[in-house]
Amino acid sequence: MTERLPPKERTKIPRQAMPEQDPHERAHNFAEVNRGLEILVAEKEAQRCLACNDPKCVHGCPVGVKIREFVDLVIEGEYLKAAAKIREDNVLPAVTGRVCPQENQCEGSCILGKRFSPLAIGHLERFVADYEQATGQVGLPERAPATGKKVAIVGSGPAGLSCAGDLVLKGHDVTVFEALHEIGGVLVYGIPEFRLPKEIVRNEVDNLRKMGVDFQTNVVIGKTVTIDELFDEEGYDAVFIATGAGLPKFMNLPGEHLGGVYSANEFLTRVNLMKAYDPDHYDSPIYYCRDRNVAVIGGGNTAMDSIRSALRLGAKNAYIIYRRGEEEMPARREEVHHARDEGVQFLNLHNPVEFLGNDDGYLTAVKLIKMELGPEDESGRRSPIPIESSEFDLPLDVAIIAIGTGANPLVQSTTPDVKTNKWGYIVADDQTLRTTKRGVFAGGDIVSGSATVILAMGAGRTAARSIHEYLTTGEW
Amino acid sequence: MFPIRQARFLAPEIKLFKIEAPRIARRRQAGQFVIVRIHEHGERIPLTIADSDVDQGTITIVVQGIGKTTKLLNMLETGDAIQDVVGPLGEPSEVDQFGTVVVIGGGVGTAIAFPTAVAMKQAGNRVLSIIGAKSKELLILEDEMRATSDELFIMTDDGSAGTHGFVTQKLEDLIQQGEQIDRVLAIGPIPMMQAVANVTRPHNIKTIVSLNPIMVDGTGMCGGCRVTVGSQTRFACVDGPEFDAHDVDFKILAQRNTLYHSSEQTAFESFVSDPSKDIDQIRHCRLQQRHPEVGPQAS
Repeated sequence: MTERLPPKERTKIPRQAMPEQDPHERAHNFAEVNRGLEILVAEKEAQRCLACNDPKCVHGCPVGVKIREFVDLVIEGEYLKAAAKIREDNVLPAVTGRVCPQENQCEGSCILGKRFSPLAIGHLERFVADYEQATGQVGLPERAPATGKKVAIVGSGPAGLSCAGDLVLKGHDVTVFEALHEIGGVLVYGIPEFRLPKEIVRNEVDNLRKMGVDFQTNVVIGKTVTIDELFDEEGYDAVFIATGAGLPKFMNLPGEHLGGVYSANEFLTRVNLMKAYDPDHYDSPIYYCRDRNVAVIGGGNTAMDSIRSALRLGAKNAYIIYRRGEEEMPARREEVHHARDEGVQFLNLHNPVEFLGNDDGYLTAVKLIKMELGPEDESGRRSPIPIESSEFDLPLDVAIIAIGTGANPLVQSTTPDVKTNKWGYIVADDQTLRTTKRGVFAGGDIVSGSATVILAMGAGRTAARSIHEYLTTGEW
Repeated sequence: MFPIRQARFLAPEIKLFKIEAPRIARRRQAGQFVIVRIHEHGERIPLTIADSDVDQGTITIVVQGIGKTTKLLNMLETGDAIQDVVGPLGEPSEVDQFGTVVVIGGGVGTAIAFPTAVAMKQAGNRVLSIIGAKSKELLILEDEMRATSDELFIMTDDGSAGTHGFVTQKLEDLIQQGEQIDRVLAIGPIPMMQAVANVTRPHNIKTIVSLNPIMVDGTGMCGGCRVTVGSQTRFACVDGPEFDAHDVDFKILAQRNTLYHSSEQTAFESFVSDPSKDIDQIRHCRLQQRHPEVGPQAS
């Protein structure tokens, strides 16, 4: 067991860097960009923790991971116990350690960050989870005695998985229904291999299976089975709807039907879920990107994921077309930097007005207009205004539209007593996540609109607490 | 895994499967489809449900082997299993008592039109069916369609069965004879559906077609199946697959369906030259024994 250093010594240690795959090399492969910390480096980093009495980092975490306690366990070399400690609040540590925007959450609240760099909490979380996977061991928390209550969870993305983990630990019988053939939702169809290897997701899902969660793929709730049938015919006591915001938005521009124009959802699903980057082993095709010009429209994380995937598929020129400036980009800084290092070209303050094609129906170019920033709009960002007569054509073979997603109506359309708002999102109480239908809860992107993995996981936890209360008291 | 309870060829390259999928069998309605993935490395393809049996817990699909996935699917036999079957997807056919309904099935489209013909008949319509194929041996579901139709007309391109000619000729004949047609449902190759739309448009006969664009998830998530209908973008998987034929932009539909033509061709050629890799994926050794003609032995 390693002793904690005195506070003054702790602040002398610089923040340990995350080793990355070389940008020139990684731009051509789908292997993970970040390589993970070595044991000695992780221990050194953990020693930087000031062990605050009232750890601000925990308040900054949407699911309230007991960060100080798990970091203590890392210092002690008790990595499996550290993993179990994280899992008490967060069932997907290997995932969140990779994709959480820690800079706005735990690390953003870290006291060290006021004078030095914040503790690398995300990297330590990932280290602990990777240690489990590397050694084939897993630190699972204790499960409460069986309650005999059945809960159905609709959707196996972050919200659904997090809710499932918490409820199963409380002793309930939990089944997760997934429409696709693989468990994980956006973690498997949306986030690319080079940022979140699918093996990692599969392992975390297996851990949930070991905890007792039952998974059923190929079930579209609202089509294969309705919510009412889950209650009346399949004997469920409560339902949590966590279907996400999966409906792609198009721009309604001329030429959007052309071959080579994709929604980010389709492009990423083909690449990630269907593994179109590996045509020697997988059958799903993707429109050729090799030695061609590819552009993504949008400035969020999905846009960065899409263009970096296109680059790895061999794109000659890979552009981000974004109507505001880099300052206004909603993507994580790290993702923007990674994209730029890999050779992505940024056409900020540009907006498409038309997709141009040939007689065979294939995309050949996009007509862009230059933009300038005007006054702030309701989102607090300066709104982009087109500059008159600044249009020009950019030759393009593939265009990927990543301007956001909306609510998928499949569940709601067959469950009219679950009320939705004017955008189609489900109306749920802020505190309890109860919908307008007895026994039905909803959370994650299907309530909030597109957000992050960890916020969805937070909603899953809230739902689990609320569902547990409902199942225990029977009161609605 | 979804076990295959029955598999039999209806015509060369056209095979009928009864697949165990009790939840889908219970809920499916005429016009809906499933998405199928044969094995772990396969692609997801949409196939319309031709029939179902709630008691047996089975659904029926009819598959024409034209590309790699459909050819591989058609090598499966009774007792084999399919990795993934999900559904029922899409909106059901609009079925009501319209009066006289003409149901047109071209090629394997007859299998897709069949359940709606049944539903139309049950709803009290007079059902006139026209089924067409290249030749006699490619005609399918003739008896089934006859049983559910007040009249059945058969058309073949080469005249080897029924009347020599296209389904549209028979449709025009019916209109010329003064038949009062209240609705037409046409399902088949894109040029056939477009030709039917052109025949009925001047007569203002409501005409419905079932579209078959490329899909991935089938639940509205990817937008790959978007079609242009009445200058609006619609998703065939959740808004369709049936649309008003007079509003459909068939040219865009046909163009989008050729998007992956070259990779499909490459995949098909490599599959035909050595199907063992894919057969291994299915892990049914019996299959190889049954089809020794398909190349090198699987290990």
